[in-house]
Amino acid sequence: MAFLHGVATGHSQVKNALKGRSLTPYLLLAPGLIWLITFFIIPIFSLASTSTMVRPDGAQVGVYVQELRFANYVDAFLINKDQYLRSFIYAALATLVALAIAYPLAYAIAFKSGKYRNILLVLVIAPFFTSFLLRTIAWTQILADQGPVVSAIKVLPFIDDLFRINNTSTAVVIGLAYNFLPFMTLPLYASLERIDPRTLEAAGDLYANGLTTFRKVTLPLSMPGVVAGTLLTFIPAAGDYVNAAILGNPSTKMIGNVIESRFFAVVDYPTAAALSFTLMATILILVSLYIRKSGTDELV
Amino acid sequence: MTTSIAPMPTLSHRAARWFSRNLIRIYAAVAFIYLFIPVAYTFAFSFNDAGKSNLVWQGFTLDNWKNPCGAPQVCESVVNSLKVGVISTLLATFLGTMIAFALGRYKFKGRKSTNLLIFLPMATPEVVLGASLLAMFLNLRINPGFWTVVIAHVMFCISFVVVTVKARIASLDPRLEQAAMDLYANERETFRYVTLPLVMPGIAGAALLAFSLSFDDFIITNFNSGTFSTFPKFVYVSAARGIPAQANVVGSAMFFIALIIVIVGQVVSRQRKKP
Amino acid sequence: MANTKVSQDTGDLKLDRVSKYYGDFCAVDDLSLLVPDGSFFALLGPSGCGKTTTLRMIAGLEEPSAGTISIGSSDITTQKSYRRNVNTVFQNYALFPHLTIFENIAFGLRRRGLKDVKSEVESALNLVELAHLADRKPNQLSGGQQQRIAVARAIVNRPEVLLLDEPLGALDLKLRRQMQIELKRIQTEVGITFIHVTHDQEEAMTMADTIAVMNNGKIEQMGSATDLYESPKTAFVANFLGQCNLIKGKIASKSGDKALVTAKGLTFEVPLSRVATSNESVFIGVRPEKLRLDDNGVNSIKNCVVTDRSFVGTSTQYIVRAPWDLELVVFEQNDEGLHDLRVGDTVSLEWDSEHTFALDGAQDINAGADLDDEE
Repeated sequence: MAFLHGVATGHSQVKNALKGRSLTPYLLLAPGLIWLITFFIIPIFSLASTSTMVRPDGAQVGVYVQELRFANYVDAFLINKDQYLRSFIYAALATLVALAIAYPLAYAIAFKSGKYRNILLVLVIAPFFTSFLLRTIAWTQILADQGPVVSAIKVLPFIDDLFRINNTSTAVVIGLAYNFLPFMTLPLYASLERIDPRTLEAAGDLYANGLTTFRKVTLPLSMPGVVAGTLLTFIPAAGDYVNAAILGNPSTKMIGNVIESRFFAVVDYPTAAALSFTLMATILILVSLYIRKSGTDELV
Repeated sequence: MTTSIAPMPTLSHRAARWFSRNLIRIYAAVAFIYLFIPVAYTFAFSFNDAGKSNLVWQGFTLDNWKNPCGAPQVCESVVNSLKVGVISTLLATFLGTMIAFALGRYKFKGRKSTNLLIFLPMATPEVVLGASLLAMFLNLRINPGFWTVVIAHVMFCISFVVVTVKARIASLDPRLEQAAMDLYANERETFRYVTLPLVMPGIAGAALLAFSLSFDDFIITNFNSGTFSTFPKFVYVSAARGIPAQANVVGSAMFFIALIIVIVGQVVSRQRKKP
Repeated sequence: MANTKVSQDTGDLKLDRVSKYYGDFCAVDDLSLLVPDGSFFALLGPSGCGKTTTLRMIAGLEEPSAGTISIGSSDITTQKSYRRNVNTVFQNYALFPHLTIFENIAFGLRRRGLKDVKSEVESALNLVELAHLADRKPNQLSGGQQQRIAVARAIVNRPEVLLLDEPLGALDLKLRRQMQIELKRIQTEVGITFIHVTHDQEEAMTMADTIAVMNNGKIEQMGSATDLYESPKTAFVANFLGQCNLIKGKIASKSGDKALVTAKGLTFEVPLSRVATSNESVFIGVRPEKLRLDDNGVNSIKNCVVTDRSFVGTSTQYIVRAPWDLELVVFEQNDEGLHDLRVGDTVSLEWDSEHTFALDGAQDINAGADLDDEE
């Protein structure tokens, strides 16, 4: 009886309710966690194991033998260090662009939208109901060399005739920023929305003008949103390859493109696995440094 | 003491003040336009009377909308995406909701590790998620196809479901459940008559989120589908030779359907709150 | 759904040496009380005194660390809350937001397996005079209306004991006064035992037959409002209920039915029946409204100076400093015989010996005074 007592008391201080001996939470957790362990954790180990395999001489394509060849990592990295660097640079740029676009937008929705707030939030997410591939391809056509946008820019005196946007690194960065805008906007909005507008009024009452209020009050209070938004943008951007494939050219290849081609075009699983693993490890390290620096511990 | 009357502000003065006060709103309007440009473009070109390649405007037609399955593989891939989406959503929502309840209502050992395990898939690039799953399937000699795609989708959707439902559970006043027990509802009845109905909007939202993530997913699907084609994969593959206008029809239709669902949801929840 | 068996216990509610510990912290300390069947009982005390914890143990939402709780002859100490013949009106009402008012009230009835709930719900709604709101949702009601629905939802189940956890806290003053009268009327009409938890001493005194004043997990004193007010037994009770003047002194002698107490060179007379201690060191207490601004009474203090004055409509409140620098509070009723004193005036105080009481001098003279109103 005491065993199941307090099972659904629901008090947030569950300390009172549970003496820690009920089985129920574990039963609830098991199926989902087993799924995640089987199809997320174990595959990571598979990846690690594949990364040290070697194709024996004379074997068919796709046949590998485990030899614990850690030199795979060195090889993979040396050959692809340009793409690695490029991926992180593009991702960082795209994150900054997205932040620049999303912050004022989130601010406007949080503080200046009145009764249209919910509609505006829906409108922020709405474009992303269209398939993201269709959107990205739409951009190539909108930014086409003969298209209206490029033609309009070419009218400007300091632009030369060879100016183009498509298939350049600029296009890739723009594409990345665009794709992840809702991931940047929504966390920003969430933390801005939590700011009591009376705090801002109090700042004004204490002699701070608009800019100072923003710098000293709004910005610091919105930092959790900034952290969440930049992480949710940077991480997927670093590993993306669709934008680079559609909007870029061979010299804008990101590490994601290399991994994809090593799996499907040039069949070289160990290299692909080594590259993936390195990418994930790098991101985890960057993310934990970033989080520690900005001090947000509970992100889930 | 005499007070002087300030001179009437000039037109440019007033314009400048209006402008600075509304700068942010103007900016937001421009940003929204920017967000919708590709959507508008896609929608416009769904009416293009093009052949196989929908790149240049050739004339207005309703044929594409009347016959969306005209181009080969369009409908097949959409149906595949829907099948995968529905099954993945059901599984992910079910598994994720249970985890959310465990985290939100119980104390147990290993809470920190559980939170970490939930967080990690969201923090891993899709390339890595897709590649690692493929590596495992290859090592186990499993051929990629429909079920590997479903497995992958459930995997990456669970975390999002957990976060969404957990937030909803956290906002639930624990005193409501105590009131239910005070009014003779045992643990099972309390859950059924009070907790579940109140958490349901969160579960519905999570399911919607999971479905949209699944339907639109490309990278992870691409790695784990073999010859099985979903809609995003079909679009990517046909980008080289020319995307048929019917794909635009599908994309636009998805947009409008989703928009309607969300607006209806908003209206319904507002109705519930109206005095 | 399964028909949970609800007990049908009746009788007096008895708490016998009940304690509640949260780790090392003792919220309720060896508490015993008897609430007669059908009475209106108040648990009064400052925040953190343990009154809500006690209430929740009676409801079954917390389990006592020690002691027993019983209704009549049944021990309900370990009984789950959904089996007890006890219902609660929660502090923030806890109305189910997703159900209509009708379904909220019908909730307990349905869980007990009753099929035909309509007539019961309607009579409960009529009792609180809100029959026209049956189809609305809780968020469409005002605070006062929600409060009455919360009461209806509990009462419709005809529990043996109805618990009210500071139900009037969120209402404004006028509404609160109205609801106090309402609740008293309902209790008299329905005849159920009411246990009302509050930190508002005026509320407790207005509504309850018996009040138990709690402090730090213990009951300081229990009795009718008059008993507690006129004959407090501890400094806490004296200071917590209304205002009180306390002067430190020593019992010099006792004769007949009176005791003589010396303090600061003056002698005061106290009826022996109102001496609440066997200690020699005492506090003499007298309530501000019993003090008169004259100098020919049995107990008096001469040569005081007025240091503050406030007119509050029904009375004028003076703060007066005795020659030895103790500040005393005096309320003068706003009727004939007004002394219109100003700050700085010299005045004498006097009062009758029957209005004096004596408390144990070995306690904190400020216990219970000036406690912040929590919420």
